[in-house]
Amino acid sequence: MCGIAGLIHRGKSSNVGEELQSMLQALKHRGPDSTGYALYAENDGQNFIMRFKVGENVGEGSTSVNEDESVYDERKKLVDKKLSSLGATVVKEDRLTPYSFRYEIKIDMDLMEFSKAIESINNVEILSIGKSLELVKDLGDATAVSERYGLHKVKGTHGIGHARMATESGVDIKSAHPFWGYPFSDVSVVHNGQLTNYWNNRRALENKGMRFMSECDSELIAVFLAEKMRNGATLEEGMKESLTGLDGVFTYFVATKDSLGMAKDTMAAKPLVLYESDDLVAMGSEEIAIRSILPQEITTYDPFDGEVKVWQI
Amino acid sequence: MANLKTTNKKTKAQSMGMHTEVLTGRTQQKFFNPDEGENFFYFGAHDVDFNKRTELDVKDLDCKQANQKIDELMSKGYGTIVIKNPQGKHSLGVGILNKLNLIFEGSLGYFGVGSIDGPIVRVNGRVGWSCAENMMAGKVVIEKNAGSCFGAAIRGGDLICKGSVGARTGIDQKGGSIIVGGDAGAFTGFMMQRGRIVILGDVGINLGDSMYDGTIYVGGKIGSFGSDAVEAPMTKNDIDWLTRKLKVAEIGNDFDVTKMTKIVAGKKLWNYDALEPTEKKGAI
Repeated sequence: MCGIAGLIHRGKSSNVGEELQSMLQALKHRGPDSTGYALYAENDGQNFIMRFKVGENVGEGSTSVNEDESVYDERKKLVDKKLSSLGATVVKEDRLTPYSFRYEIKIDMDLMEFSKAIESINNVEILSIGKSLELVKDLGDATAVSERYGLHKVKGTHGIGHARMATESGVDIKSAHPFWGYPFSDVSVVHNGQLTNYWNNRRALENKGMRFMSECDSELIAVFLAEKMRNGATLEEGMKESLTGLDGVFTYFVATKDSLGMAKDTMAAKPLVLYESDDLVAMGSEEIAIRSILPQEITTYDPFDGEVKVWQI
Repeated sequence: MANLKTTNKKTKAQSMGMHTEVLTGRTQQKFFNPDEGENFFYFGAHDVDFNKRTELDVKDLDCKQANQKIDELMSKGYGTIVIKNPQGKHSLGVGILNKLNLIFEGSLGYFGVGSIDGPIVRVNGRVGWSCAENMMAGKVVIEKNAGSCFGAAIRGGDLICKGSVGARTGIDQKGGSIIVGGDAGAFTGFMMQRGRIVILGDVGINLGDSMYDGTIYVGGKIGSFGSDAVEAPMTKNDIDWLTRKLKVAEIGNDFDVTKMTKIVAGKKLWNYDALEPTEKKGAI
């Protein structure tokens, strides 16, 4: 089933981490397996933030293979070595769980080449790279993940999130949402639905040099949009193309450093409720997500079939 | 088993494009007696007094607790119940099988007031997916917008949304009226079998797709017609009915119903072909 939520404050920052946590917690019944956040935080914009993992969370109902934690240290050393060889400078590093890290780095090279080099290390996956994007995903509900990573303290302009019920692939972090729009800085995607032409699209995109890290059909949306943008399309143009390029049922959100967008398939088979005012847009799979941050009476609506909308901060 | 026969007699309903076929047969003729409706009694229905009014704040209740409270109030004879702070909760006000004035001061989530038979409901907010699903009788008025599958499979009553509704409005509708003041999404009237849908605004693609019977009236633009949905001429009966119904629905006071488009089933799908009666019986 899965639940998705997103919000964007226009013209100001807010406590987006706490707000998104409330929205996703209200949607827990739609997806208890994992929760993910893509928060666009008030960073100074000087360095890239790289979130990556060197292993899986093997607790909390995970379908991943159990590993000794010592291998995480080995992989981290390999990442550090690789960063050094690429000429990257690590300004700050945080180890948030035994398997996941947040690095602030200075790099001066193509992000695709950089990512390929880092991910050439076995079992290392970059969750995101960006100057404001803080992408975190892990097993557990919204509150558990937020507390584990300290997300309730994050201030910023916008964010998207996902409460996942695993149907198309395993209960693990690599299949959890959001997906980074590799290799673009600060692009993330969450999806509710099923895509039925996943393998056809995946083969075609891989032949064009795009990378997939999971077998989760939702990852296709991020890669599909990234490929369109790589060829010069705007985010909105790519999203409009996705309505015919992707087959299946879907409502998805995509966020960049300064915008938030939504798209709904032409059958309108997946739910979405939207609230829009001059300074705030909040949306989610169910109204209770919006009500968790706006308890007062407001006017909400369901976007129609085949609708694409993009808002700027 | 019922047989499907084409009737030659033209009733008022048939002149409006509905009920061009009637069900006849053992079940219909022998076992169903409309007079029995007078003596019909629902287990769990309550005898209430409309003048007995109360309020219920459901802010801190889950949907089961809230519905139990409503039932408890009805069992005490309260006939007018105002629900405070519904805050988008799912499945509120379902399964009410008696007369009742039920007012929600706020919005409902999914499956609000489903499977009801008799109450008059007003929602001073929005409703989520599948509002009033399987409603048998009564009147439900939504002051703002509604989600998809609005009035799915309703069998009777008036279901009114003053704002816009999502996709698949009136899917599998079997009777009653759905009236929408704004726009409607794709697949409106999908597989509807009886009843009427009125949309004053625009509708999305595949309007009336695979409808068996019933009538859809659209005031605005139509995205596209679905399989076997065809336009039919408006009659005086249609205009009279629409004028009367919009007044009851409290919307579209100045709306020119004569300019609406009427859509009915073309009856060219497999279930309307020239099968022998025995074959048709088997297919149904």
